[in-house]
Amino acid sequence: MALSGIFLILFLLIHAGLNACIWANDGGVMFNKAAHFMGANVVPRVLEIGLFVFFLIHIIQGLVLEIQNRSKRGIGYAVKMGNRGSAWNSRAMGILGALVLIFLAVHLSDFWYPSRFGGLTNMYIDTATNQIVPAGTAGGKEYHDLYAEMQHQFTSYPWIIVLYEIGVIALFWHLVHGFQSSFRTLGLTNHKYISLIKNTGIVYSVIICLAFMLMPLSFYFGWIR
Amino acid sequence: MEHYNMNLTLKVWKQKNADTSGKFESYKVSNISSEMSFLEMFDVLNEQLVREGKEPVAFDHDCREGICGMCSMYINGRPHGPWQGTTTCQLHMRAFRDGDTIVVEPWRAKAFPVVKDLIVDRGAFDRIIQAGGYISVNTGNAQDGNNIPIPKDDADKSFAAAACIGCGACVAACKNSSALLFLSAKVSHLALLPQGDTERKQRALDMVAQMDKEGFGSCTNTGACEAVCPKEIEITNIARLNREYLSAGLATDSKSH
Ligand code: HEM
Ligand code: SF4
Ligand code: FES
Repeated sequence: MALSGIFLILFLLIHAGLNACIWANDGGVMFNKAAHFMGANVVPRVLEIGLFVFFLIHIIQGLVLEIQNRSKRGIGYAVKMGNRGSAWNSRAMGILGALVLIFLAVHLSDFWYPSRFGGLTNMYIDTATNQIVPAGTAGGKEYHDLYAEMQHQFTSYPWIIVLYEIGVIALFWHLVHGFQSSFRTLGLTNHKYISLIKNTGIVYSVIICLAFMLMPLSFYFGWIR
Repeated sequence: MEHYNMNLTLKVWKQKNADTSGKFESYKVSNISSEMSFLEMFDVLNEQLVREGKEPVAFDHDCREGICGMCSMYINGRPHGPWQGTTTCQLHMRAFRDGDTIVVEPWRAKAFPVVKDLIVDRGAFDRIIQAGGYISVNTGNAQDGNNIPIPKDDADKSFAAAACIGCGACVAACKNSSALLFLSAKVSHLALLPQGDTERKQRALDMVAQMDKEGFGSCTNTGACEAVCPKEIEITNIARLNREYLSAGLATDSKSH
């Protein structure tokens, strides 16, 4: 749980970093090139397999853990302890994770599937000037236009935006607990480090999730084109 | 402190034995002194029930001074009631006001089956201790304390962990019914001292294995245990246990695990 969680945390960092290229506001030149690099290079391809494996491990282990832990109480309490000893999100990790999973399914079918198995339009970038050029121009290199797909998804279907925002908010609360929890599970905390780890987790969650929340909104409101 | 008397309504879990299902019973008690302990208030209730020819409420207690860990009552949604770092027997009635309704439930965990009413069987904890919560190497006769130098910080941490009275409030509070705060206290107080150090790996493995066998849940670091522990055992002990357990799992040569 902790190891797969930390792997996913690292993945999100890279994912958010690459996607931030959309804010170059250059019609997707930088972003499509970055995405192309991740698709064409063998290292990210291998990492992608690892990512799927870790996702599967995390999801299956998470579900099993949730079901097992829920079965240990027997008769429940008439008066619940609620937030008197623990934060609500630390008790809702299973549900928050399930929300992230639903989002993930939609997200993969939106972008990952078409970019791997076709369905994207192409665009051409001049290798010398780095400008977008029409098809067939000499010196123009062909790229999948993942950027256009993002623009299309996030300007055409408001409900997709709502789903993304909900998904990322769930992810935020999952991470606020998950980040510090994974270090505790691995035994890497003591009095000296615990507040450092907690604070790093909060800063990480805020930055990553804010970035992901702003992406659909940036397209929808036309902040980037 | 100002003294006052109060009339209270109690909603108490009544259950004949582990095989029957229980239900809440309502009782009224009057003229309860604010200076009584919570258990003395229960004594008053039980005397009243005996006088009325009814069955008294069964509850566990022994020392009534916060050191034995028997007085397991889940009071108004919190193990050992509203006071921080306090056992039920040390909880005083001045925590309540005239006219209050107090709901009292037993610890809820399949690993702690109800024996009767508010009494649960915490034998699972004894079996976890039997699995390795002791030192079996020969430590010889009592020797001059200064022969074994122990850093003050380690001695303090070990002592703080040894304060665990095995009451089970951590299990009662945890949404997963995990016993890890208890277990981490028991592993820590030995592992931090030289006499306990030699068997630390096998101890961690054996005690965790027994804990899983007893049907406790897994820790997800919510922190509810630390918040209710009457001895204020710190959750950093759990990180120490995890560290012990992981390194023991990697390093051990024994085939039994
Ligand atoms: C990008 C996505 C995700 C990331 C970065 C992530 C990260 C984490 C981390 C770091 C932990 C703490 C591990 C520990 O304490 O040992 C955790 C726990 C957990 N995750 Fe995820 N997770 C993600 C997606 C999911 C999904 C899709 C599910 C689906 C069911 C899920 C379910 C759980 C559960 C049940 C726990 C255990 C609760 C706990 O340890 O407190 N997670 N996650
Ligand atoms: S750790 Fe605290 S709550 Fe848990 S058994 Fe020990 S004294 Fe009781
Ligand atoms: S009766 Fe001994 S700790 Fe409460």
